Amino acid sequence: MQNKLIKLLRKDARLTNEELGIMLGISAKEIADEIEQLENNGIIKGYTAILDESKLEDTGVTAVIEVKVMPSVKYGYKSVAKIIARFPEVESVRLIAGDYDFSVTVKCPDLNSVGMFVADKISPIEGIVSISTHFIMGRYKELGREFDLDNDIRGVVSP
Amino acid sequence: MDYTRILSKKSQIMKPSGIRKFFDIAAGVPDIISLSVGEPDFDTPWLIRRDAIRVLEEGKTAYTSNAGLFPLRKAVSDYFKRTIHNEYNPENEIIITVGGSEAIDIAVRALVNPDDEVIVPQPCFVSYAPIVELTGGVAVTAATYAENEFKLTPEILKPLITPKTKAIILSYPSNPTGAVMRKHELEAIAEILRGTDIIIISDEIYSELTYGEPHVSIAELPGMKERTIVVNGFSKAFAMTGWRLGFCAAPAPISEQILKIHQYAIMCSPTISQHAAVVALNDCVNEVAEMVSEYDMRRRLVVESLNRIGLSCFTPEGAFYVFPSVKKSGLSSQEFCKCLINEKKVAVVPGDAFGECGDGFIRISYAYSIKHLTIAIKRIEEFINEI
Ligand SMILES: Cc1ncc(COP(=O)(O)O)c(C=O)c1O
Repeated sequence: MQNKLIKLLRKDARLTNEELGIMLGISAKEIADEIEQLENNGIIKGYTAILDESKLEDTGVTAVIEVKVMPSVKYGYKSVAKIIARFPEVESVRLIAGDYDFSVTVKCPDLNSVGMFVADKISPIEGIVSISTHFIMGRYKELGREFDLDNDIRGVVSP
Repeated sequence: MDYTRILSKKSQIMKPSGIRKFFDIAAGVPDIISLSVGEPDFDTPWLIRRDAIRVLEEGKTAYTSNAGLFPLRKAVSDYFKRTIHNEYNPENEIIITVGGSEAIDIAVRALVNPDDEVIVPQPCFVSYAPIVELTGGVAVTAATYAENEFKLTPEILKPLITPKTKAIILSYPSNPTGAVMRKHELEAIAEILRGTDIIIISDEIYSELTYGEPHVSIAELPGMKERTIVVNGFSKAFAMTGWRLGFCAAPAPISEQILKIHQYAIMCSPTISQHAAVVALNDCVNEVAEMVSEYDMRRRLVVESLNRIGLSCFTPEGAFYVFPSVKKSGLSSQEFCKCLINEKKVAVVPGDAFGECGDGFIRISYAYSIKHLTIAIKRIEEFINEI
């Protein structure tokens, strides 16, 4: 039940409790309770809009920064991650298995401010040994939603 | 040239499908929201598509045997054992066809002599009656009603049986109503047919898409396998409409005749599709379950919404259709659907496209995303409030 509810919410968190209840065969009240529990347990952290940023007037620049860390007793992965995550420009911080340690997405008004952000805020952090910045040039899918794809190739009417 | 003098009379008197007519109306309207499609909105599961790509890469593109690739017939045989608990010999009882469509056609052709009667419960899929008539048979309509959730009952069936009755085409879960028939309801029909020479063509193309109890085939009831041709296919369960692949199973003497017709008309079903279909039957249980679960949620939402806005309908337990009544609007199905297109740009199919007794109803397909369904139903609600 919980898995099905989460799946529905991931696709569209704006479905009403009534609609969710009908689809899952339980009452709206039970849905409300389930969601409250998911929120209280910290499973659901919040709700957001999925945007095609390229269509915004003020698109800004988004970059993915690969950060390599040399963890020390004082600055472990977690504390470095926390420091990075506190900057409001940062949209996500993920620990990665592979050639580098953190994948950080940042959104700034323009190219220059991304550069400034990396130079002034990320690189001075203790424990960081290398940084590689990549700019996002286009988006085709975000949070499971495909963009600009008219997927329905079916005819209007068929038997 | 006067073509009417040249062309076949049977072909000329055949009416174009009511669906086709409606397509022509709907297709010309820009930005239309459709709930009229009789095919899944899912992509074919990737495992199946990947296998088709492999087959192309390996160049396996020659004809197969007439009856179809043996590994696929074997997989179909296993599938029937698993699902309807019947054993069919893959050597001579199973034929791989070009969709369920071809299976129905060649099954009818293998059975019907001129003037033989074939009972066709309606509302139903559009092709049954025309195929019977083209074969020289007479399609006898068995009208079913909303009161019985459009199931065939002994009371409806019995009076229609005559010495000329050759076959009956049973199709549950039903397109367009979504009705299913439970075991005891099938048993009541089987009881009438046992001991007769009437053959059942059981079109079970939606058998995987049931939302209450699992599908039961009339062929698995005692004494019925010998008098049943089971038709099924890949289009609906595996979202493979464009692959054009189905199958039928019947006792060897029947299958032999069907195979001859298939052999001359078709030669063999598409080879690439056949290879990939083995993967569908053997390895896609989870993918199918996932789609069924999604349809089920949409079904609940659509049924509840339609009843709320005053288009009353019973809760269908199969396929991906809902068949609500529009009688309260005071409009015929045709009028309702035309006005709905003109005023709200929503396309649904008039119930009478599936037989006269479908008048007063519309078919709504829920093979669409929840978002699409919600928008469309909102528009239908506005439409109803403005009538
Ligand atoms: C009841 C029924 N039977 C058979 C078919 C034919 O399907 P296919 O030829 O794609 O297998 C359909 C398709 O809409 C159907 O609804």
